[in-house]
Amino acid sequence: MSQDFWSTLFVFVLASIIGLGVIRRVSRLLHTPLMSLTNAISAISIVGAILMAGGDNPIRIRILGAIALFASMTNIVSGFLITDRMLKMFKAPGKDSAKAGGGHS
Amino acid sequence: MIGPLGQLTYIVASVLFIFALHWMNAPDTARKGVYAGVAATALAILVTWAEPVVVNHLWIVLPLLAGVAVGVPLSRVPLTAVPQRTALSHAFGGIAAGLVGTAEYYLRLSEGPEWLTPFRMVALIVEIILGYLTFTGSLMAAGKLQEVKWVPQRPVTYTGQNAINALLLASAVGLATAIAMYPAAPWAPYLFPVIIVLALLFGVLLILPIGGADMPTVIAILNAYAGLSAVAMGFVLDSKLLITAGALDGSSGLILAIIMCKAMNRSFTNVLFGAFGQVQTAGASGEQKQYKSETVEGAAQVLEQASLVVIIPGYGMAVAQAQHKVRELYDQLKKRGITVKFAIHPVAGRMPGHMNVLLAEANIPYTDLVEMDDINHDMPQADVALVVGANDVVNPAARTDKSSPIYGMPIIEADKARTIFAIKRSKNPGFAGIDNELYFSDRTWMLFGDAKAVIGDLVKELSGGSGMH
Repeated sequence: MSQDFWSTLFVFVLASIIGLGVIRRVSRLLHTPLMSLTNAISAISIVGAILMAGGDNPIRIRILGAIALFASMTNIVSGFLITDRMLKMFKAPGKDSAKAGGGHS
Repeated sequence: MIGPLGQLTYIVASVLFIFALHWMNAPDTARKGVYAGVAATALAILVTWAEPVVVNHLWIVLPLLAGVAVGVPLSRVPLTAVPQRTALSHAFGGIAAGLVGTAEYYLRLSEGPEWLTPFRMVALIVEIILGYLTFTGSLMAAGKLQEVKWVPQRPVTYTGQNAINALLLASAVGLATAIAMYPAAPWAPYLFPVIIVLALLFGVLLILPIGGADMPTVIAILNAYAGLSAVAMGFVLDSKLLITAGALDGSSGLILAIIMCKAMNRSFTNVLFGAFGQVQTAGASGEQKQYKSETVEGAAQVLEQASLVVIIPGYGMAVAQAQHKVRELYDQLKKRGITVKFAIHPVAGRMPGHMNVLLAEANIPYTDLVEMDDINHDMPQADVALVVGANDVVNPAARTDKSSPIYGMPIIEADKARTIFAIKRSKNPGFAGIDNELYFSDRTWMLFGDAKAVIGDLVKELSGGSGMH
């Protein structure tokens, strides 16, 4: 147990430091899409919901899990879709029409 | 439980999440970040689903489909509604963590209470408290942003507010400690729901005293809470993937909240417990000051003569849905060889980055969206500063008036431009209820009216009138 604790804490501290470093470099232009993206990413708690809803558990446990599963999936789908929708709108100059991305520095 | 292949997949997913955020550092790589995130999430779902303990597949398929059915329309909201949508998705994240934690506790209690070690119990209780308070808090925030009728828009304050909140939190922590020490005691299953109720209540009370101008910070803080509840779930389930993803979300929320707080010169505690808005509307300053207003024709003439125009958008532009008209104005001015820049204050709008997204939607190249610190150097060279629905972020009182509640807040120095035009819906003060000195400056002319209509008229004047020079 205490072994578990230390290794998970270790991961948490390192992941937080990586997170702070990476997020600090995110373009300020993109703070709104950043928030919807991290939202979709943190919906990874869906894995906990899958175990509760899909396991051979009492029905009330499965119901709680299923609701959590639904909520997480909603965040995953809407989070990634809206992030992409917003990012498509950010265009460098001279690329007025249709697709953005690639190219320009 | 899961084999080496599963563990390896979780590692790959964690790395992909980190790269997803890394690619957000520039607009031209950002979409790759989304694909990395989707890939990581899909991998994690498949590997977990493939675990042998998962046997009720219909119980997974149906909620997944329901999630898609609700998620797709939620991703198509107008961009002006993105703050509400974001708050709503924090609520969904919170409730998911809360429910999984609740299910986990009761499941383990009936199947093997020895699994509920004090360490796991602490993590589990942190998970549910953060989860449920994020749920109601975010729903409240979404309600305020959507201007739902029964959610008060103005900050609600009452005497002893902070004391009551502290008492609530203290009792929740007290109960939590008791349960963490004796998770299998006969009274524990009955006490557990009490903690849930306290957390739900705390979420509501936390957001009640917060006004619209503080929403960018609050949304960022709720974002961090949602991430931390995922981290706590990771501790309970011993899942490094959950911990990594949650930590990324948590640090993102934290950094955004810090940026927002700095941009308002306020501290976390001040935002959460300091209730803006009930500030005295300093009526003592003597004689009624006079606005000078200008006609659209006059403003158009001045704009035509300019060589640098800085447009300063604020929440009012979002409310009036004026971003597309602003783009037409931008085109008209560009056509005349005038340089047009947008000055973006970090807290303009109702969430971090709100203005950038609206202007990008209107096809304005992101290279013309300039951050506050960079544009302020150029403000003295600007011939015209055009304020579109912004207020507190251009109020010079932040620099000069020590008694002002926004004193010390960094602002966009619109008052340094040669001429200032401010479009304003009414003569009322802004959200924070503070008079804006800028409007009474001798170089400022007001254009009263709905932002969309006024800019539309400006465009008409510029396109119809004198033509190209």
